[in-house]
Amino acid sequence: MMSNRMSWISIQHVYKQFGKQEVLKDINLEIKEGEIFGLLGPSGAGKSTLVKELAGLDVPTSGENLIFGEKMPSLKLMKRIGYMAQADALYEDLSANENLHFFASLYGLKGKIKKARISEVMQIVDLSGHLNKLVSNYSGGMKRRLSLAIALLHEPEMLILDEPTVGIDPVLRKSIWEAFYNLNRNGTTIIITTHVMDEAEKCDRLGLMRDGELIAVGTPEALKNETKTGSIEQAFLVYGGA
Amino acid sequence: MRVIALTKRILQQLIHDKRTLGLLIFAPILVLTMLHLVFNGDDYVPKVGMVEIPEAIVEQIDMTEAEVTTYNDESEAEKALVAGAVDGYIVLNGGSPAVFLEGSDPTVNSATISWIHSTFGEMQQGGNADYLEVDYLHGSSDMGSFDYFGPVLLGFFVFFFVFIIAGVSFIRERTTGTLERLLSTPIRKWEIVMGYVFGFGIFTIIQSTIIAWYAIYVLGMMMVGSFVHVLLITLLLALTALTLGILISSFANNELQMIQFIPIVVIPQIFFSGLFNLETISDWLSWVGPFTPLYYAADALRDVMVRGHGWHEIYINLIILLGFSLVFMLLNGLALRKYRKI
Repeated sequence: MMSNRMSWISIQHVYKQFGKQEVLKDINLEIKEGEIFGLLGPSGAGKSTLVKELAGLDVPTSGENLIFGEKMPSLKLMKRIGYMAQADALYEDLSANENLHFFASLYGLKGKIKKARISEVMQIVDLSGHLNKLVSNYSGGMKRRLSLAIALLHEPEMLILDEPTVGIDPVLRKSIWEAFYNLNRNGTTIIITTHVMDEAEKCDRLGLMRDGELIAVGTPEALKNETKTGSIEQAFLVYGGA
Repeated sequence: MRVIALTKRILQQLIHDKRTLGLLIFAPILVLTMLHLVFNGDDYVPKVGMVEIPEAIVEQIDMTEAEVTTYNDESEAEKALVAGAVDGYIVLNGGSPAVFLEGSDPTVNSATISWIHSTFGEMQQGGNADYLEVDYLHGSSDMGSFDYFGPVLLGFFVFFFVFIIAGVSFIRERTTGTLERLLSTPIRKWEIVMGYVFGFGIFTIIQSTIIAWYAIYVLGMMMVGSFVHVLLITLLLALTALTLGILISSFANNELQMIQFIPIVVIPQIFFSGLFNLETISDWLSWVGPFTPLYYAADALRDVMVRGHGWHEIYINLIILLGFSLVFMLLNGLALRKYRKI
């Protein structure tokens, strides 16, 4: 069924070099509409670089990234994407409300719609009671959730999340994943990077990355079956040549 | 729309940060007040020794502007000089007076010499010679150093503080990742630059109004021209400080590295701002002046505040300041390409 859907992301022969260091080597990948796609790999594998290119913040040295069938980077496409970086990237000296208002305005939301969206996203991340607190008084987990709330403000068709659950306790992580599933049910395509193996199991499909290369792509089940292993971690070891 | 959102955010951040707000307004006021007290203190009263000067002459001397001590011979006076009791002494060597100075402090030297000149000069002319009458095109005999330095310092403080604050807040935007987040939204690069310009611009109007008002109406800094012109000049100067600060910040990785640019980018501008006579600066260096924004702002400020000039005399300086800002803004747009290509 999934194969009939539109390809929302098409990464074609993407290379990225920083000086002499090759960070991405010939990446080819299709991500379909409505998928939760996980990029799994150790730090330094090139996950962040790849998702930054998808978010329009960087360009490949060669090759191209097509999103919704058009070439990135493009300001028009960026309106349809929500990006959450590894760093929380919040204005700590402002209140959560002021942060939300600021980013909402950047996406062109105004007036009643803006206010309604702000209370909606704060409900999703379960922070409604902390709207007027200064972000500097937030805990690490609250900042992560506020960061996610901001990425959801403009109801993007696609969410690109770079390590969204780092440093978040298991209970909270579960509730955040429920939020992802809810969004996904309503049609949002989600691309997520992680280095946590059990989190990877929650994705529809996975791309395993190591040293700038995409070493395997498939559903968690398929990856395990193909390597005749019982866990994603063991599958990763097989694909990694260990 | 996005520019307004950014402008609003910058003002909100400033309002939340009471300490920085206080620094931007009260630090210049504090420093200007101190300078006022330093420069407009009492004139130095030289301590002068007299060796073997006839009583008749000593009696004629006006003692109000110097402390005069008489000595019976030169060695006594010399001892007093070494001990620091007098700044210099005057001795009559067979009719023609000779002066011997302690000499280590130029200010004391010139105060002593000018007192001796005026005192003995009057006497030689018999005390009733015609006084040379002096008229002033600009300023007056009451004009102190503070009145001359003031306009330059006013400009300098506005420049200095805006440069630091704008640079540091842009560095923070980068190091906390919010710049990246900003760039992942459909905001255009010029909108970011303009948002910063308006945000800090609005604040700077308030800041320079308060500082200029204080310097002129509380400290009594000389002010012949129009207050509106002073504000216009400081605003345009602040704009160059802002755009230069943001530009320079892209060459710094953290706040400390931003501070390191002060002695390179900010301090040298003082030398070309007219605080020191530009014509006496070595030719090796003097060509730098026309490349520094403060050079034009200080000239325009002095034109307005001391010489009472108006629009006609300052507009070229204003255009040049605006030109600096435009160039810096353009370069800022290019520097942002490092973080996003479109």
